[in-house]
Amino acid sequence: MADTQFKVSDQKTAKAQTAAAIFPESMRASQDEVEAIEKSYWKRTLRDVLKDWRLYVMLLPLVFFLVCWKYFPIASMVVSFKYFKSDSSFGGGVFTSLWTGFDSLNTLFSSSDFWTAFRNTFILSFYGLIFGFPFPIILALFFSEIKNKVFLSISQVFTYLPKFISLVVITSLIGMLLTSANQYQAAGPIGWIFQNWFGQTNLLDDPNAFRSIYIISGIWETAGYSSIVYFAAILGISPTNYEAARIDGASKMQQIRYVTFPGMAPTLIIMLILRLGELLSIGFEKVYLLQQQGTVGANWETSQTIATFVINKYMASNQGLGASADLFNSLLSMVLVLGSNQIARKVSKTSLF
Amino acid sequence: MEQTVNNKTYKVKKEHGLERMSASEITFKVIAYLFIGVFALLCLYPLIYSFSAAISGRVAVDTGSVVLWPVDVQWEAINEVIHTKYFWVAYCNTFFVTLFGTVYMMIISILGAYALSKKRLFGNKFFNFLLIFTMWFSAGTIPMYLNYMQTRTILAQMGIADQKWLIVLAMGMSAFNVILLRNAFDSVPKEIEEAAVVDGANDFQIMSKIYVPMSKATVATVALFFGISRWNGYFWAYKTVDNIYDFPLQVVIQSEIEQIEQDSAAGGTNITGAYAPMSIAYAMIICAIIPVLLIYPFIQKYFAAGVNLGGVKE
Repeated sequence: MADTQFKVSDQKTAKAQTAAAIFPESMRASQDEVEAIEKSYWKRTLRDVLKDWRLYVMLLPLVFFLVCWKYFPIASMVVSFKYFKSDSSFGGGVFTSLWTGFDSLNTLFSSSDFWTAFRNTFILSFYGLIFGFPFPIILALFFSEIKNKVFLSISQVFTYLPKFISLVVITSLIGMLLTSANQYQAAGPIGWIFQNWFGQTNLLDDPNAFRSIYIISGIWETAGYSSIVYFAAILGISPTNYEAARIDGASKMQQIRYVTFPGMAPTLIIMLILRLGELLSIGFEKVYLLQQQGTVGANWETSQTIATFVINKYMASNQGLGASADLFNSLLSMVLVLGSNQIARKVSKTSLF
Repeated sequence: MEQTVNNKTYKVKKEHGLERMSASEITFKVIAYLFIGVFALLCLYPLIYSFSAAISGRVAVDTGSVVLWPVDVQWEAINEVIHTKYFWVAYCNTFFVTLFGTVYMMIISILGAYALSKKRLFGNKFFNFLLIFTMWFSAGTIPMYLNYMQTRTILAQMGIADQKWLIVLAMGMSAFNVILLRNAFDSVPKEIEEAAVVDGANDFQIMSKIYVPMSKATVATVALFFGISRWNGYFWAYKTVDNIYDFPLQVVIQSEIEQIEQDSAAGGTNITGAYAPMSIAYAMIICAIIPVLLIYPFIQKYFAAGVNLGGVKE
């Protein structure tokens, strides 16, 4: 220890001596001057900040928006630990109401409705993953097989179309197409098929049908649009790979297995991981709108997700309790997003964040 | 086809696709055409059906004889919807929100993304984190609801009673879109900026004269994303706007169609026209998607481009 210290100081003196030998007295920096240089780091930074004032002015609106409408709501999540109930106590009540600690979380965790909603959230997004994820890939495989330019562009235009139509119109259409006939009105076309071929009526009120409706309409809505990414990935594979595979006598399925899939693997992995991260944050708007079709509350057994549970039960009355469910949901989905992002970084060296 | 190798021209026989295809490839191709064809028609069918149901006669709709094509054509249902004043107020509100909301969001996002793309900015990492954190963690629906209601109160105190401004000002930010813009600005060569600095341009000029024109495709795509989400926005408008004259189109469609469906199922409608009650609902849907269908061919390519911009990296 002492040895190294000696060496260091020795080197210092040696350097000082060399400096003294090279530079004349007037050019050497004194102790005060060294301190002044260190201080000037902050001065320089300040000067840079002032010089770049335009950039800060540009940043200001964005930061203002984020603070007001993204971070302020996050801060007001403290109502999870507060007694905050009445509809009329808006305006400052969020931070001044009484603390109740973990009471609302306890109430929440002991209610079976919450756990039903929790399970439904997972099941809906899990089914969405299992059925919704492969479909666009299959679609892209088929798209890549079509060499007729006119047919290709027409069918692409048609399949992307549902993505552009608003959710309200889509859910209203689902409601109208699925209605069953009664003495006053005729059935919608899909409702008619189910009524006459399978003897199923009132699909919208049936808890057993909700998941299928949600998943299938989701596929109808997004498959074409989601297939664009995979289609681009398939087009990126060099045709010579297929040539080689064909010369080796590979059948079409073998070509897909050994050429196409390895070629689009990076895209596949990234998209899969992105979907995993979204497991809990499925869009509540569509579920909420689908719940409004048919008799409200009839299919809550399977349709209620955490977000809609909060909206339906607590938004108008018991905000403290609802916010604690939100907090739970947000924390869990953050863990999922960050976790899957870490996996993405490990597996494919590409990541979202 | 001719190919030139070592100054000699060889005739290369043009290949016929089918001759060289194996049986499995032909099968796959046939399945592909069939599958895509059927799926494309399925995607289109609900829209065709809505149109037919909207213009079919009362008896045809009530007895369910409309399957694909209109039966017993009448235009009164669509006429009725077009002449509802309430519907047009909602339409104008949606145009208002879409136009001002998109412009406002684009200004905030482009300015912010430009500043965030500058590594020399002191605190760059911090500000980027501020943005990206909102993608990881979002306040749930209730804290947001409380926040919007407070904003509404504050706006009302400031004298902005028009609740459309609440939708325009407080909603619709997407961190993802800002990151798309930031990445596009990142990929503009640094030398161009340096040259502009030498010529005495400041950051505002560099941004508006160089960066935005050079990343035109991304800017267009992001504007499209914002515009579509504004046009389609339903939930928060429904929950926070309580003045019926400020409702956007989606809210009106939802409540009207819900009402018609309930009345129709209970036999409680007192419409005595040439059209069935449900035709009004279908006519509303048709009127709501016509603008989207009209501009769809022009914006579709930007949408396709936007998907492939998706690879976001920090």
